[in-house]
Amino acid sequence: MTDTTPLIEARGICKYFGAVTALESVSLRLMPGEVLGVVGDNGAGKSTLMKVLSGMHPPSKGELLINGVPVHFRSPRDARVCGIEMVYQDLALAGNMRIDENIFLGREPLRRILGFLPIVDHKASTRQAQQHLDDLKIHVKSVSQRVEELSGGQRQAVAIARATAFNAKVVIMDEPTAALAIKEVRKVLDLIKDLRNHGIGIILISHRMDDIFYVCNRVMALFRGQNFAESALAQTDRNEVIGWIMGNRIRETVPQGMDLN
Amino acid sequence: MTTPATELSEAPPNERLSVRLLPFLDRYGVLLLVFGMAAFSFALEPEVFLTWRNISNIFRQISVNAVLALGEFLVIVTAGIDLSVGSILALSMMSTAILAKAGLPWPLVILVPFMVGGAVGAVNGLGLTWLHLPHPFIMTLGMLNIARGMTNLISNGAAVSGLPDQVSWLGASDISIAGVDIPVSLFAMIGAYGLMSVFLTYTRTGRHIYAIGGNPQAARVSGINVDRTLVLVYTICAMLAGFSGLLLAGRANSGFPSAGIGQELDAISAVIIGGASFFGGRGTVLGVFAGALVIGIMHNILNLRAVSSFWQQVLIGVVIIVVVSMDVLRRKVGSSHR
Repeated sequence: MTDTTPLIEARGICKYFGAVTALESVSLRLMPGEVLGVVGDNGAGKSTLMKVLSGMHPPSKGELLINGVPVHFRSPRDARVCGIEMVYQDLALAGNMRIDENIFLGREPLRRILGFLPIVDHKASTRQAQQHLDDLKIHVKSVSQRVEELSGGQRQAVAIARATAFNAKVVIMDEPTAALAIKEVRKVLDLIKDLRNHGIGIILISHRMDDIFYVCNRVMALFRGQNFAESALAQTDRNEVIGWIMGNRIRETVPQGMDLN
Repeated sequence: MTTPATELSEAPPNERLSVRLLPFLDRYGVLLLVFGMAAFSFALEPEVFLTWRNISNIFRQISVNAVLALGEFLVIVTAGIDLSVGSILALSMMSTAILAKAGLPWPLVILVPFMVGGAVGAVNGLGLTWLHLPHPFIMTLGMLNIARGMTNLISNGAAVSGLPDQVSWLGASDISIAGVDIPVSLFAMIGAYGLMSVFLTYTRTGRHIYAIGGNPQAARVSGINVDRTLVLVYTICAMLAGFSGLLLAGRANSGFPSAGIGQELDAISAVIIGGASFFGGRGTVLGVFAGALVIGIMHNILNLRAVSSFWQQVLIGVVIIVVVSMDVLRRKVGSSHR
């Protein structure tokens, strides 16, 4: 395996829901340590593509390769085993539970009592969660806080910590800054840069050109379920990318955040 | 950020005190209510209330509802509701009495309520997950009627009295420790609560139940099998309803088909008074026990004062509303400080 093998590659992905075509022959490649921005108008197929990559939807046609090896995901769990994690737009955290419990939800550390009875090891959970948050330089008062007590940015940080807690190779983020206060946006973006420097590949879906141009190496646009355009970030500019999102003169909606330029 | 520094330094101590108090109230508020009611009852009936005879009586009386409420609590943590527990209690109790009368050996008879309850609960769980009914209310409302009807069908609407001693032992007997008679049902109840507490705190499934109540979507994308967990939850709930049917059968030394009518509402009341939320994910086993105690002490003191049971019903209603509205108020204060 050399550095030219993509972490994840999608080839000719099609996805049909009944008579509706959500994706038509879409391809995507993500290299190690790369942040790929994915843009597109609502309904362009971004979310469907991410759901295919993260194992939520099997593709109707096409191929997925992890490190050059074809894979078939039957569930998000399969994808996770391959090191692909998703950070959902609605965060998918349980507000009533502690930060560390959210980080390890579904993968709780266990210990055995009486030699055989597996029980949840709350101490290991808090310790490992604290360690992991420290590694990511995420500061919270205590990992035993309930998630509902956190600000939007802190929640996003917990969601990202959750996605990276188990040797993630690819983290897919769906609008990670959409619900954040302005001063928190930068922190989350810096966290993404930090992950990239650790060699994790990141796919970032965003409507915000500021985000895309702050963290991404490369940007690709989907339009009506198809690959529309793609470029290294250095070789494009905001207006061009906004044009891609609009596709062919479709201007009925101006996505949020664009007027901030 | 434009706030003067002096004001900033003044605000925290105030906040810190209330913020520190809130988790305490969150956890122990209902226990304070229990002690308050006990003190009040003692003041009203100093001669009787704190006698062991009266106290053991309270425990004997609450055991059925407390065990029923424990199962209901599990369901309410998942943001569900089980309206059928009163009927399941009756069906389990009736099956137990009939099979005991038919001569089934007692060790098997004791398993009957758990099996009947578990089977009905599994149907509840499978029904509400497979049929995609809009709310557990629907499935369990249906089951409330089905199980009650079946109870009457198997019994022809008639009571069956006289159970083997071993079967009624759990619900009726006392164990004498150092000259003090302690109801077996108190041990049974404490055992059930202890096991449930360990289950919820220390098993993955227990934590997943809270997670499902907090955010089912989060649970699902975390790889938790939400449907399977829900089936388990409704099954355990109904098994506990069967258990409480066994306790009641023991106490009454019979099975009667009208048992547990409306009992689901008492169970729900105990859960809600105990601090669990209908929105799921919140509440503790200890709280449910306290909630059942609050209702038990209230019935007890009103009985001692010879207040009519009609008024008791009115008062229970008032307590539910007052306790939950105080809870809402407390949460509002809590969230404004965060």
